[in-house]
Formats: sequence, C-alpha cells, structure tokens
Amino acid sequence: MICLGIEGTAHTAGVGIVDGEGKVLANIIKMIGGEVKGIHPREAANHHVKNLPGMIDKALEEAGIAPEDLDLIAFSQGPGLGPCLRTAATAARATALSIGIPIVGVNHCVAHLEIGRVVTECEDPVLLYASGGNTQIIAFAGGRYRVFGETLDIGIGNLLDKFGREMGFEFPSGPEIEKLAKKGNELLDLPYSVKGMDVAFSGVLTAALQLRKKGASIEELCFSIQENCFGMLVEVTERAMAHVEKEEVLLGGGVVQNRRLQEMVEIMSKERGAKMFVPPGRLCVDNGAMIAWTGVLMHRNGVHFNIEDTKVNQRFRTDDVDVVWRR
Amino acid sequence: MAVLRRGAEAELVEAKWLGREAIIKRRVPKGYRHPDLDSRIRSQRTKNESRLMLEVRNIGVDIPVIYDIDVYNAEITMERVFGPRIKDLLNALPDEEDRSVARKIGEITALLHSNDFVHGDLTTSNMLMRDDGVICMIDFSLGEKTDSVEKKGVDLHLLFEAFRSAHYMREELLDDVIDAYRKGNPDADEVIERVRAIEKRGRYT
Repeated sequence: MICLGIEGTAHTAGVGIVDGEGKVLANIIKMIGGEVKGIHPREAANHHVKNLPGMIDKALEEAGIAPEDLDLIAFSQGPGLGPCLRTAATAARATALSIGIPIVGVNHCVAHLEIGRVVTECEDPVLLYASGGNTQIIAFAGGRYRVFGETLDIGIGNLLDKFGREMGFEFPSGPEIEKLAKKGNELLDLPYSVKGMDVAFSGVLTAALQLRKKGASIEELCFSIQENCFGMLVEVTERAMAHVEKEEVLLGGGVVQNRRLQEMVEIMSKERGAKMFVPPGRLCVDNGAMIAWTGVLMHRNGVHFNIEDTKVNQRFRTDDVDVVWRR
Repeated sequence: MAVLRRGAEAELVEAKWLGREAIIKRRVPKGYRHPDLDSRIRSQRTKNESRLMLEVRNIGVDIPVIYDIDVYNAEITMERVFGPRIKDLLNALPDEEDRSVARKIGEITALLHSNDFVHGDLTTSNMLMRDDGVICMIDFSLGEKTDSVEKKGVDLHLLFEAFRSAHYMREELLDDVIDAYRKGNPDADEVIERVRAIEKRGRYT
C-alpha cells in the first residue's frame, strides 16, 4: 500500500509519500517564512495553492513512482486555518478523483503522534506536541487519544513568534531565540503559569515586552523565556505521565526541535525512569508524510470516506478521532 | 524515614513530630528546571497549599493538622491520618453506610464551593475516613480560592468521574452526592449545569 499525504493546516504545505510499513519515500515541505511577520490565513492559502501541484509532482518523482502506483490519498482535515485546510483538501480531492483512488481525512494532531510512534518505535507514549498553533499533552486512554493538558491561550510557538516579531526576528523566531538564549544566563522574573495540567503563555509575552522596555537585554529575555516556558511544558508533561502511568515520552511539533527543550525533557525522563523519543526534524514539523501514514492506518482498519465526508473541520478535536487502529 | 508515596511533584515521607505520627509532604527539586526558578516555585506552592489548608479548616472542612511549614525546603509537616481512603471504603460498606458517606462528600464539596474554594483534584482517593466517621480532605496542591463557576464545575466533574469509574457498581450513590451538594450550595444549579457543558467538551478525564 502506498499513500500520498497532503498537509496544509497553517503555514506549511507538505506532500509526503509512505509505504505500508511507514517507510517515508518522499517528504516535501514548503513553509511561508522569512519576510512575512506571521501567518495571514489567505496569504498562507495562496502559498499552498501556488506550491502544492508542483510539490505533488516532485514527491512522486522523489519516490520514483507514477500516480497510478498510489493506493490512497490522505489530507489534513483539521484543526487549522480554514483557507489553508480547504486548499489542501481541494488538492487531495482533485488528486484522488483524477486517479480514481480512495481518500481519507486525517486529524493533524493525531498524525504527529502516529508518525512519531512508527519512526521512533515507541509503543504507547505521552506526546508533548509543541508547535506554533498547538500545545497539547496527548496520550492514549479509553480507545482515544485524549488531551490531558493544553494551553489555555496561545501555543508556545505563537509566543516565541510574537516575541520574535517585536524584536525584529524572522518568522519563525524559535531558532533565533534559541541562538540568543545561549548568550543569556540571568533568569528574569516571568509568570510561570501552570494550572493543573494546563499552561498559559500570553502573560509571559506581556511581561517580557515590558521588561524589554525597561532595558532588559534580548539575550537575557530569550534565555528566561526558554527556561520559564519550557519548564512549564516539561512539568505538565511529567504530570500527565504520572497520571496515565506511562513510561514513554514522545516529542512532536516544530518547537521540540529546540535543543534546550529536548535536554529538559531528557532530564525529566531520566529522573523518573522513563524514556524520551524524538523523531527526525522533518517529521517533527508539519509534514505530509505523517498525514500519509495516519491515512494508511485508518484505511487499513476500514475507515472509508465519501467525497461528502471530506469537508474540513477547523476545530477538529484530538479526542473526536475514533482510533480504530489501536483496538 | 520511608517514602510512602511519590507523585509527579511531591513525595510523602513518614516522620515523627514531637512524638506524634506525622507525614512530611516534600516538593522535590526538578533537575530540568533552572535552580532559581525551581526553588521559587516550590516555595511558593508550599506557601499556597498550607495557606489554603488553613483557610478551609476555618470554614469547617476537616484536614490533617499542620505541624510545621518549611517554605525554604518546600516541606509541610502534618498529622498522619490513618483512616482508609474513601475510594477503598465505598464499595466495601453496606448500602446504608455508603449512602451516608456519599451525602457527606456532597456536603463537604458544597461547603468548599459555597465559600469559593476549589480543591483541584476532588477524587475519592483524596478523602480519608477518620475513626469517628469524619471525612478528612487531603492534597490541596491544585486547590485555590476562586469564585469561578468553571473551576467549581471541573471540581465536581472530577468527583462524578471518580464515582463513575471507581465506583461504577454503585452509581446511584452519585444521586446522594448531588442531592447533598444541592442542599449545601445555593449556586448548585449553575455549577451542575456547567458540569454538563464540561462533559460535552470531553476533555478533563
């Protein structure tokens, strides 16, 4: 079975091809970035419209297969920005109908977890999913992927990008913040907002910008934001692990490429005798391969979509997915 | 000193305090967190938790007596309550006694909520039965003083869930809890209404 997956929930257009074992045959990723100061939904959708057709061709070429070799098309059905989702869904429908093969809609958050499971070979992890729009702690319980903790306001990546924009960094700002943080060492006082298993970041942004006005250096601010906010993330991840009694932690989302965050999760895992799993970078960020692989799992377990079922869902919840493949 | 329990945040250690049986709740340092941030958080939470315990005691909720608070080392030394957990007790009791325990749980929850306190982890594992039949409430680490209907709703939802999962054989006990809660909290309807909305969201498990 060979599946082509199309990702388009936010700033990234992705086309990936995987086989029935989860081997990634192609994984083309194009992200808006550089000059832009964030994501404008319409402009991001335009970016996807412009790029997706060429990316599909390129993915097929990279995988060394013809369109007729495909058995299934999967696409990111949600959650995400409406215009972007609709663009990816349109590309998926057109491809599936023109070749005459089945189509399935995939939950983006679940896809992050499934690709991590197959490439890192962890069994039953707690996922720390930290990206621009999403920040969730997800684990399998009672036949579903349940959200045990999440951000109450903005995603961690969104905080980093907003701060970066104010400082004049490029989008996305995570890498620049990580670089500058290495030069900082004084911990400034920022709100540490953990409520049970949930976190909140908007107060951190306000406080950081105020400190900047009062003359705090950018390096100290980057350092303090990382220490403070990653500390919050690791704490709620540990709480969830204790709560659901799981010994594996999997990382996913663009922000987990940050070395300091990885280091902190690793220390936490060691302290509690657990194990950390990190997929390769191109499978942590939004990508088509993860959509394709989750599509394979669904299709194999009898999930069938008619074209009418392929309507996108901007607020597609992680726990709305019936995880038939893990029964 | 033996460690009795180890949670994600704190450990409970067996101890003596002036000859009495005691428990030390110690918030352990976390290696992943910046040391300054780590000690600040642990101290702050120790302070908050002990303050909250004393406040709920003032409105008549039974808690372990606090013997000592060491904010610097993030330790609370308190009375060791030996009674069984309500969680283990409920399915074992005869019907009538079960129902009276359920009513007591509803009353305590109503007392907390009508005074604008939430427990934060309101499950039957965090309730102990004393010899004289009084229910002692423990672990206020996620509790707070708040009038938020949402937070009271989450509190109640957790309690309902505990009854549905751990005590599924006696789900009718839930009616006793709710009945007692309604009698004790004038704003009960609003909170119970909110529980339904929270359940629809299907998030807090």
